[in-house]
Amino acid sequence: MNSAVDPTFNLSSSVAAKPGAVEAPVKIQVNKLNFYYGQNHALKNINFTIPEKRVTAMIGPSGCGKSTLLRVFNRMYDLYPGQRAEGEVLFDGVNVVGKDLDSTVVRSRIGMVFQKPTPFPMSIYDNIAFGVRLHESINKAQMDERVESCLRKAAIWEETKDRLHTSALGMSGGQQQRLCIARTIAVRPEVILLDEPTSALDPISTSKIEDLIDELKQEFTIVIVTHNMQQAARCADLTAFFYLGELVEVGTSDVIFTNPKEIKTRDYITGRFG
Amino acid sequence: MASLAARRAKDTTVKVVSTGFAVLAILLLAWILLTLVAKGLPALGLSVFTNVTMPPGQNGGLLNAIVGSLIQIAIALAIGGPIGIFAGTFLAENGKGTKIGSAARFVNDILLSAPSILVGLFIYQLLVVPFGGFSGWAGSLALAILVIPVIVRTTEDMLNLVPVGLREAAFALGAPQWKVVMMVTWRAARAGIVTGILLAIARAAGETAPLLFTSLGNNSWSVNLSKPMASLPIAIYQYAGSPFDDWVALAWAGALLITVGVLVLNVVSRLVLARSH
Repeated sequence: MNSAVDPTFNLSSSVAAKPGAVEAPVKIQVNKLNFYYGQNHALKNINFTIPEKRVTAMIGPSGCGKSTLLRVFNRMYDLYPGQRAEGEVLFDGVNVVGKDLDSTVVRSRIGMVFQKPTPFPMSIYDNIAFGVRLHESINKAQMDERVESCLRKAAIWEETKDRLHTSALGMSGGQQQRLCIARTIAVRPEVILLDEPTSALDPISTSKIEDLIDELKQEFTIVIVTHNMQQAARCADLTAFFYLGELVEVGTSDVIFTNPKEIKTRDYITGRFG
Repeated sequence: MASLAARRAKDTTVKVVSTGFAVLAILLLAWILLTLVAKGLPALGLSVFTNVTMPPGQNGGLLNAIVGSLIQIAIALAIGGPIGIFAGTFLAENGKGTKIGSAARFVNDILLSAPSILVGLFIYQLLVVPFGGFSGWAGSLALAILVIPVIVRTTEDMLNLVPVGLREAAFALGAPQWKVVMMVTWRAARAGIVTGILLAIARAAGETAPLLFTSLGNNSWSVNLSKPMASLPIAIYQYAGSPFDDWVALAWAGALLITVGVLVLNVVSRLVLARSH
């Protein structure tokens, strides 16, 4: 099993609190990835491994490239001419950066939740059914079941079951964000990318989402970008620190937050810059 | 300290002058509307809606003009609506920074402010001359050319207001672009696009010049699109210039009808937009 794990992760000796955090098959393997916004070299030679059914956090000051990397994983950069990626992002061994894979297929297997809640202007039910209908044709009963199970998994069923057919725009921000998570898991992806999912939410909604992340990792591989270091420490099995487009250090969260190897990481997590 | 008094005086002067001109503008509009109501309302009997054009003194109405206008506007919208919406969608979703996008936007802006009589002359050359006669089709097409730039512009503007995040969220679920546009972006901008269509109808309803050379006008009842067709603006133009009192009264009635119609469309479009925000 360990043969599939990148050597970077053989840090188990210092892992006490979360045993087994890194002993998982590789889900995403990033090899020599470079990314450009036009002339701007935003990611520099990134080598990085994301284990399956674990929570991996990416931290670093604004503009360090962590969100950019997230948007490479599901080919979001494809939407914008002038943005390009070089290198490999192997998802179950298949290069998603290569042009031979259709971006809609990549995105159905690697879902994404954004910083600001983005409910579609339709009913709560249709918000979930929209993504499902893109990839499957299932009947009404199956759809009802799918909608309910996703809302349950996103811990929002009790609040929405009596208003499934009312507009999703009438929900609170925290509810909208959980709806967005429900919508993402409805497509049955293998990986869920979370781009600062709680930065627009109040503390109570934030803690609900964090609990949810803990639940979801039973089933999904989760990659989360966050500015909140406590959040990374609480939720993530692994944490990667990025600075100026480079991956400075990656390790189990316990190590990164208590005993990082790099001075830069230490300075950042102790609040000396960033 | 004298400068403070001078500044206050300047401030007061500017306030008084600008308020004065604002009131003047409103008064002028009110004057027009009041005259319209005063002259139009007495002439606005039931027969206006039930009778067609008659010789002077025989209690004629505007039925043929009203129906002609409705038909021509409906066809103009059926042609121009989809073209305008799709072109506006292209400009907002795909045409940013492309040569064809900039060219289309530039031409559209010119078309938006082009004198409408030019549109009439263009259709005259294109349809009326080769096909040997004025027709409802020609009138409808001229109006279609008028509504297209309005709809293109509002559709593009309204789609540009839809947050990028909403599009990205739909793409992130694995949706192809056409589904993102039709099921998410259009839906989010629906109120604005509808408003653009209503404003385009309002513009088409009041135009006389493009119809003069195309559908010409018709004093008899006719819904044949291959023949000249009556319309409210042309009827007003015809009747208002006539020496007969009852025809002039009909012109006032027609003018009131168009004005109220346009006013209602404007108010409805504002309500549609206000309710969505």
